[in-house]
Amino acid sequence: MAQNTASPQGADARGMNDDIGEEVRLRLYRTQLVIREAEQKAFELFLQNLVKGTSHLSLGQEAIAAGFASAMRPSDLSFCTYRGHAHTLARGVAVDKVLGELMQRDNGLMRGKGGSMHLTSVEHGVMGSYAIIGAHLPIACGAALRAQYKGADDVAVCFFGDGTTNIGAFHEALNFAVVWKLPVVFVCENNLYMEYTPIHEVTAVKHPAGDRAAAYNLDRIVIDGNDADIVYRTAQAAFARARAGAGPSLIECLTYRHSGHSRADPATYRPKGELEKWKEHDPIPLYRARLKQFGIDEGAVMRIDDEVKQMIETAVETCKAAPPPDPDILFKDVYADGGWAWRN
Amino acid sequence: MAELTYREAVARGIAQEMARDPDVIFFGEDVAKPGGVFKATVGLIDQFGPKRVRDCPISEQAILGAAMGAAMTGLKPIAEIMFSDFIAVCFDYIANEFPKSRYMSNGQLKCPLVVRTGNGAGSRFGAQHSQSVENWCMMIPGLKVVAPSNPRDVIGLMAAAVRDPDPVIFFEHKTLYAVKGEVPDGEIVDTLGTASIARPGKDATILALAMMVPRAVAAAEKLKAEHGIDCEVVDVRSLVPLDMQTILGSLTRTHRLFTVEENPRLCGWGAEIVSIAVEEGFYELDGPPIRITTPHVPLPAADTLEDMILPTVDRIADTVRRGLEG
Repeated sequence: MAQNTASPQGADARGMNDDIGEEVRLRLYRTQLVIREAEQKAFELFLQNLVKGTSHLSLGQEAIAAGFASAMRPSDLSFCTYRGHAHTLARGVAVDKVLGELMQRDNGLMRGKGGSMHLTSVEHGVMGSYAIIGAHLPIACGAALRAQYKGADDVAVCFFGDGTTNIGAFHEALNFAVVWKLPVVFVCENNLYMEYTPIHEVTAVKHPAGDRAAAYNLDRIVIDGNDADIVYRTAQAAFARARAGAGPSLIECLTYRHSGHSRADPATYRPKGELEKWKEHDPIPLYRARLKQFGIDEGAVMRIDDEVKQMIETAVETCKAAPPPDPDILFKDVYADGGWAWRN
Repeated sequence: MAELTYREAVARGIAQEMARDPDVIFFGEDVAKPGGVFKATVGLIDQFGPKRVRDCPISEQAILGAAMGAAMTGLKPIAEIMFSDFIAVCFDYIANEFPKSRYMSNGQLKCPLVVRTGNGAGSRFGAQHSQSVENWCMMIPGLKVVAPSNPRDVIGLMAAAVRDPDPVIFFEHKTLYAVKGEVPDGEIVDTLGTASIARPGKDATILALAMMVPRAVAAAEKLKAEHGIDCEVVDVRSLVPLDMQTILGSLTRTHRLFTVEENPRLCGWGAEIVSIAVEEGFYELDGPPIRITTPHVPLPAADTLEDMILPTVDRIADTVRRGLEG
């Protein structure tokens, strides 16, 4: 991947020093695998007409979610987009809760009231998935403002796609966060396509986030988003900066989605051979090779493979057996009193 | 008892809540050091400091988004949108984010915040700085919407809004900022979702909101003096929650219903109230409910034209009198 090797971290960040350690590396691997297997299962369930509505998969982009989540503390807060299954799973939310929501069953994370695009698990620090492009960047600023105001050292981590860099809220939030020196980390997953249109056709700069950083007095950070080690190290540095009171970071992670934009999109607009080329840089085989390179026991890796596959199968069975949402919840939680009354 | 202007009441209401609760913060454009373009927040930065009272860039989406993020994580933000017309540039938060987050998350997320905004005509600013847009917000499940008409209600409803666990859009009327009113000493806390009787009467019920309340009261006095017609004026105060009991109770006494609305006619708040009154109070009505509104046109800038298009005391009085004569 010519573009990916252009990362400023380059070969050094991928270097052979073992600063990350086996425990974290196995966690990075497992998290990526959980996402990969769950997303593939979501696609299969869609083909069986068991996933309703829409869904936006992160197949091929797993290293970003795994790398950031592994560097986060439990008190750090994630803000995701409608392509948020990966980031939700990466914080430790159970697969059956996520698939149950996609299948719009009563066992879903929000019991079917939110759907695929709005995965939320406050107990895991997943403060919502936002389906209006750009909306959650200012919201993440507000969570960071609270941390700053209370003197907590929590970081708000906000994930979004390359297309988001062309909406106003992106620019408002970047300026706001820098002016107020907020502990927020903005993570752009540049998968090269806004939805169906190549991002470079509709963007004034080559790197939609990285090349905008200077406008907000931020460092230009463009990394290989398919290498979980690089993502993890970059996340650690950005979080340390935020916790030290030095303000926000904007990180562009280069990646590629293996599927279409949403379940309705077969992605026929992609040039022939592009997907195959990126699959040679698939984050999961890449990371398996990394584990081997560092001499991590292959048996431990295979045990993770088996455990994850089994866990996903069990989750699917749980979801298939779950009833549709209880109609009792229809009129609940419109207002804080638990109900929906708007008049007396 | 003290006599305060409506704008002084805004600052006092915010100060009352900030003094009570350290989690209340306040931010917006030109609100801190400049004290607000309408001078409604003068002195707050001196009293509470720059950490709690902050000036923002001209970034309405960032302002409302940040308020939401702070609210969902435990603060109680008050955010200002300078002119209510600007709600259009950050409507995503009003329409999609604040009011939906609790429901979509199955009750996991909360959004206790207040958006205060300068609403309404009278300043001759034309079609993009003079609108009454409370009906834009009234239609959205999950929001609460209030619009006080006098200094005492400004303080009491501000306190109620800040203490409320739901997102509240707080419409201040720009033309009322200079109006004075009696305000009791000490803490004032009102209740959202309650209308009040601004003037008791027996011949007809006139519903009004914000600047239309003093006009409706003046029209009622004129009708009494000139025609012996005794109208009850109900200050609706809160569109969501809506106090239909007070409104229907008044209708039961007077048997006629009029609304005075500054918003343009289509889908104005009076339309909803009239439809409920017809459904639930039909047999109390001795004649058709009549809505007195700004017509369905953008607001002109010229003072002479603006005065012609808003409901005036004379138009209210004439319409009510003719309606009662039937």
